[in-house]
Amino acid sequence: MDNSPHVIEMLHITKEFPGIIANDDITLQLRRGEIHALLGENGAGKSTLMSVLFGLYQPEKGEIRKNGQKVKINNPNDATALGIGMVHQHFKLIDVFTVLDNIILGAETTKMGFLQKKAAREKVEAISKKYGLHVDLDAKVEDITVGMQQRVEILKMLYRDNEILIFDEPTAVLTPQEIDELMATMKEFAKEGKSILFISHKLNEIMAVADRVSVLRKGKYIGTVETKDTDKQSLSNMMVGRPVQLEVTKQEAKPSDVILHVENFIVPAKGRKDNAVNKVTFDVRAGEIVCIAGIDGNGQTELVHGLTGLDKCSSGTVTLCGEDISKSSIRSRGTNMSHIPEDRHKHGLILDFTLEQNMVLQRYQEPRFQKAGFIKPAAVREYAEELIGEYDVRSGQGAVTVARSMSGGNQQKAIIAREIDRDKPLIVAVQPTRGLDVGAIEYIHGQLVAERDKGKAVLLVSLELDEVMSLSDRILVMYEGEIVGELDPKQTNVQELGLYMAGAKRDRKEASEV
Amino acid sequence: MNNKTPLLRRDGTVKLLSSLLSIVIGLVVGGLIVLLVGAGNKSIGITGAWEGLRLIFAGILSTGRDAAGSLTWGFNPANVGNMLFRAVPVIMTGLSVAVAFKTGLFNIGAPGQYLMSTMVTLIIALSIPTTAVPAGLVWLLAFVGGMVAGALWGAIPGIVKAFLNINEVLACIMTNWIAANLVTWVFDGSVYRNVVENTKTGYIYSTAYGLTEVDGVWTYVKGNGVQTAKMGLDKIFPGSQVNGGIIIAILLAVLVWVLMSKTTLGYQLKACGSNRHAARYAGINDKRNIVLSMAIAGSMAGAAASLYYLSGNTEFYWNTYQSLPAVGFNGIPVALLAMSNPIGVIFSGVFMAMLDIVGLQLTNLTAYNEFITDVIIAVIVYLSAFSLVIRTLLTARKKSRDDGPNANADSEPAAAEAMPAADAADATPADAANSEQGGEQA
Repeated sequence: MDNSPHVIEMLHITKEFPGIIANDDITLQLRRGEIHALLGENGAGKSTLMSVLFGLYQPEKGEIRKNGQKVKINNPNDATALGIGMVHQHFKLIDVFTVLDNIILGAETTKMGFLQKKAAREKVEAISKKYGLHVDLDAKVEDITVGMQQRVEILKMLYRDNEILIFDEPTAVLTPQEIDELMATMKEFAKEGKSILFISHKLNEIMAVADRVSVLRKGKYIGTVETKDTDKQSLSNMMVGRPVQLEVTKQEAKPSDVILHVENFIVPAKGRKDNAVNKVTFDVRAGEIVCIAGIDGNGQTELVHGLTGLDKCSSGTVTLCGEDISKSSIRSRGTNMSHIPEDRHKHGLILDFTLEQNMVLQRYQEPRFQKAGFIKPAAVREYAEELIGEYDVRSGQGAVTVARSMSGGNQQKAIIAREIDRDKPLIVAVQPTRGLDVGAIEYIHGQLVAERDKGKAVLLVSLELDEVMSLSDRILVMYEGEIVGELDPKQTNVQELGLYMAGAKRDRKEASEV
Repeated sequence: MNNKTPLLRRDGTVKLLSSLLSIVIGLVVGGLIVLLVGAGNKSIGITGAWEGLRLIFAGILSTGRDAAGSLTWGFNPANVGNMLFRAVPVIMTGLSVAVAFKTGLFNIGAPGQYLMSTMVTLIIALSIPTTAVPAGLVWLLAFVGGMVAGALWGAIPGIVKAFLNINEVLACIMTNWIAANLVTWVFDGSVYRNVVENTKTGYIYSTAYGLTEVDGVWTYVKGNGVQTAKMGLDKIFPGSQVNGGIIIAILLAVLVWVLMSKTTLGYQLKACGSNRHAARYAGINDKRNIVLSMAIAGSMAGAAASLYYLSGNTEFYWNTYQSLPAVGFNGIPVALLAMSNPIGVIFSGVFMAMLDIVGLQLTNLTAYNEFITDVIIAVIVYLSAFSLVIRTLLTARKKSRDDGPNANADSEPAAAEAMPAADAADATPADAANSEQGGEQA
């Protein structure tokens, strides 16, 4: 029986929910020692399929086999017993526990009821040494970076001797360097004979690391292909169901007046003495997309917070449409600026509000939406429905859908709709496509280019090199709070950009005087 | 509002259902305790236990015992009237807690706000002679004064939270005890202590006493003071203490509902409560709104006290420095049972008051003593406040049935969403951790 080439097979799985078939006759076969990517847009049924594998849902039809033998998985404990482990997109760690405590939690070795931490520590140390997964075992989880936290999740699986490792969108939270490390680690595991299921919608990564790809679309199984026989374009066509433009097509930019002028701008860092943004000077003109590139944590977030008023700046000027706004309130800055925030759950949306309530977040006080302090529900509804239609925001119940229940892509689309429709001369967009699938990315890029062509100034902050290279008209590279280079995307390449981002190269000197 | 969702699946229906279910569970468990206590106690016995059980469920309709000694049932105007009278302060403190919950705050400071309002209300009502100023005007001044006092006292934890990021629960608890001692200190040795009825040491005059000049001396004379108008309710419920306070309480509840769900101010307050960061991002002044939320909550707790003590037949025991008024805390289960819905608070407040009356009936008509009665009532109140848990269960069931594909990457929101109260309490330490100094203050 053990000679089956597949460690795990999910055969003809069908899972229905009232009104929708989440998984319609899906077959997924995971070979021993392979990296198998599961590709699909948000809502394609990837998560449901994984929930079936973990025993969270029971399928109406179909069966699961381990090493060729039929198994019944009734709950997550059954899955763990079968050696299946998963790194969730949102980590399941206890922030105030140490790394070691998190790793052994739920699988503690005990002797007469007492924890045997020493033995556990030795085992974890051996594993981390073997795979080069170094992490301070005594650090608290809240004090380590997101990349390190993911490492802890991986160590958790290895500590439990899992041989089937599932990674759910593991790269969404990582920096480019961390992504490379993770890819290497995954390949190492596969070489060891572990089998990896890699859930993603990032085509570059799939092409780089996976052996085979299974594609889901709207609950249906589209097919499984070898990565060596396919390319990004055909994968994205399979995923979306229509030809998708991966490259942004845009006309030459026609920059005109300076809309935003930032000079010697300093934003202090929180909890540290030095400045997060240090004497930054730049312009953004109408009709161009200026991109701030850089590795996460080099002051981009603070720069945007300083510009939009979420944080205070300590010195410097910000001139927006001829007016110094460096000391203005958030609301008054909003008269000439719209802001697509970095964290759509923290800043972009009030998740417990309905879609229509979120659509008027900055505008509820306009006479259009209120009279004598009373909100005009009909006007709000009409406006929300207008935006939903125009920007194709999909949700369960339209304008009255609670934002929390919407998919990430549609939440982002709702924010983009709201911010673009406010029709301000400057659009600040921070990682507008983070965590989104190809179709949504294509759409959002198209919208930003269209706004540029209408004469808007767009300040884009992005960590994705592809996005930086294809979308921007001018690139400013940020490193340790300073702008170290200004590049023309047509005359540079990813390698040169990478050197600036890593701080190995800089061409602006004035910032470093301080 | 949304015609596509079937009635049974609507959010409102689920809320109502879970409140009703928790009441039923509370009553059933309360009834079980009645049976257990009765069966184990010779002086009560099986007959007594059976009577007790029936009183738990329908005590409000009890009219006493007939000549043969068996319980009689029917509409008891005195019971119903007294229930409505007792409902007024708990509806108001319930509103106070509910408003705060809706805006992401936990107002455990209602007892303190209630006491400060009591003080101001009584001082105004007992200081202005009704011979000089019309009683109606004095009443209004005292009522508004009480609300303002509650609002100001409530604003203190709000200010401390907004500007120093100190958890409002801590600040509320401290302001409660400051109020308790302050009020005792103010009344201790004051002219408002009741010396006319000399059995009443430790009590302040009821507002039915008015400051009147008799032979050149200012004295308190019963019947010259202010009293909340009966508004005809005494005709409907003869023999009870009921007055127009219940109508005012209902009006205030409706007002709060309108404020929270129809106005831009309510939108702003809820936005700050649900997600302070997003509210700030949108240019809403989060600090001002936190203070405002607490002030509104405080004014409601203040109205609880002024409506209660302006009835004219209630007296304030001023030695409060060792205890806080229970009615302030009772607002919490009232708000929880109503899922923080202002209109729901009217009903849950009346329900709590009904339990009060039921308890009295149980003590008066059967061999259950007041202590075991209190235990039983407490169990019912306790379980009733479980409506949030029930709602979580109902929502989870609903979710597992129809929410498959959307379950993408949101494993916990069902629980998180269903526990706004717990959230409100939990959110604060996190807030403190990522404290952000306000840019828009500049």
